[in-house]
Amino acid sequence: MRNVVPLTQRELAATFFSPVAYIVAAVFLITSGYFFLADTLVSGHEATLRPMIDGMARILVFAIPLLTMRALADEFSTGTIETLMTAPVTDVEVVLGKFFGQFIFYAALLVTTVLHVAIVWHYGGIEPGVVMLAYVGLLLLGAMFIAVGLFASSLTRYQLLAALGGIAILSLLTFVVDQLARWGGGNWRLVLGYVNVIGHFEDFSKGFLDSRSIVFFLTGTILFLFLAVKVLESRRWR
Amino acid sequence: MIHVQNLTKYYGDRKAIDGISFHIQEGEIVGFLGPNGAGKTTTIRILTCYMPAHSGSAKIAGFDVFTQSMDVRRIIGYLPENVPLYTAMRVREYLNFRGKLHGLDHNARAAAIKRVTELAWLGDFIDRPIHQLSKGMKQRVGLADALLHDPKVLILDEPTVGLDPTQIRETRNLIKKLGERHTILLSSHILPEVEATCHRTIIVAGGKIVASGSPEELKERIRGGSRIITEIAGPSSDISTALKSVNGVKKVEVQSVNGWNRLLIETNRERDPREDIVRIASQKNWSLREIRFEHGSLEEFFVEITARQLAGARADDAKEVTL
Ligand SMILES: Nc1ncnc2c1ncn2[C@@H]1O[C@H](COP(=O)(O)OP(=O)(O)OP(=O)(O)O)[C@@H](O)[C@H]1O
Ligand SMILES: [Mg+2]
Repeated sequence: MRNVVPLTQRELAATFFSPVAYIVAAVFLITSGYFFLADTLVSGHEATLRPMIDGMARILVFAIPLLTMRALADEFSTGTIETLMTAPVTDVEVVLGKFFGQFIFYAALLVTTVLHVAIVWHYGGIEPGVVMLAYVGLLLLGAMFIAVGLFASSLTRYQLLAALGGIAILSLLTFVVDQLARWGGGNWRLVLGYVNVIGHFEDFSKGFLDSRSIVFFLTGTILFLFLAVKVLESRRWR
Repeated sequence: MIHVQNLTKYYGDRKAIDGISFHIQEGEIVGFLGPNGAGKTTTIRILTCYMPAHSGSAKIAGFDVFTQSMDVRRIIGYLPENVPLYTAMRVREYLNFRGKLHGLDHNARAAAIKRVTELAWLGDFIDRPIHQLSKGMKQRVGLADALLHDPKVLILDEPTVGLDPTQIRETRNLIKKLGERHTILLSSHILPEVEATCHRTIIVAGGKIVASGSPEELKERIRGGSRIITEIAGPSSDISTALKSVNGVKKVEVQSVNGWNRLLIETNRERDPREDIVRIASQKNWSLREIRFEHGSLEEFFVEITARQLAGARADDAKEVTL
């Protein structure tokens, strides 16, 4: 596992060098700022960050696959995967390096939204614990979304397809499942409840700490990272 | 050092390589020669653990490329065909990153980078971003990367493609120098290159080995050795009969060149019949104005043997010519 550190450093450097990452980061900050202004800073509303936090989760469905699309697809299209996979590095290390590199960039992006929190804080009325929990939720959700994005990126050498694939999977797990869960009833609702990303996320943004939701995001993250490793392994056979 | 036994690999339904076997001793420089699509890169990718074969086995320094892949990867230095690099990085940064992957600590990396910078002449652009470099410069960065961890075995897929003539010469000299301490397998389309750098050549075509041996041995192979060309004036049928009786002559072909008979004489390898030919000519009073050995070129041999293979010649033709 010692190779994870240099691989993470390289991934992070590659992300910081990529113009796409900056554009996505900028759009993310602008839209979350918009949710903030539209819902939080309107006079008469009580000072709460929930609309912004829930809005951010929805934007991430699109933003994260755009950040992660490069990660593996680019290694395939430029052929650098060949130098990587013939160096003494395991496929698991390759995927974990990608994951941590992307995760650190994402965490840095979240830190910049703390400005909004500071403003609301200044006007009073929010509990630090609730805000902290919301950010823990965003980190967990982001980890799982990044894992999904990496899985999509492992499937193709075309970045655009990787982004579309990631967005498709995430839309399914969030918007579609969330809708179906609302319509359905009984067992159906129960089953969908387990995989409803929005449902689990809202636990955090509402200020509940539910261990099942933590387990859900961690399991989801590990599952999609595992799938990405398997796809990487299987590419050797083609 | 490298033991390859009966390797076969398919891409989908197409057989890319078909029962390739060879052995390379420690310290040997071996050239892998063949036309486009022969299966050189495919074989090399199996040896470097990039992809597995469908059947057969390959071992490097006793380690199996499939089951002991990490051990193999630690002892080989690999320069892939199109030299993929992270173009956003600077050369030094890239080499530093690669050094970390090979488990070199800070001091070892600094020393290794210094060493390969000299070996691959990176001095002028070691601190430039890779995307600014020319093709040849990138090729040298790739070579430096392959040498970074001082590997026992070097596997170079077309190491001189894209280099200028000076660089080609320097790279060949470098390969020869590296051959003193490393076992080297390199692939090429270019015969003179293999002739100039390698102890031994393996010629592949259509996924099979069609010939192997040292450049001298391969030359010997060509039409059972070499040809004698001589020009003699006189009655052509008499000359032809007389020469055929000479010990060592296998076949005589006569061409008429303005009054002279131009004779193309195939000989067997063991005996040089030139003296006898001159003696016969003077005994019979025929004038002889030229006699010389013509060594077949390896180039011709290469074209001939690969063309034969590609034309789908089967059975005995396709049989490996082991020397
Ligand atoms: N990724 C791939 N998918 C499908 N077929 C492939 C692939 N790579 C190579 N092939 C096929 O396998 C055969 C051998 O190719 P290979 O790249 O090993 O040849 P080569 O000897 O390296 O040729 P060159 O001198 O052009 O580099 C060719 O017929 C080629 O079309
Ligand atoms: Mg090739």
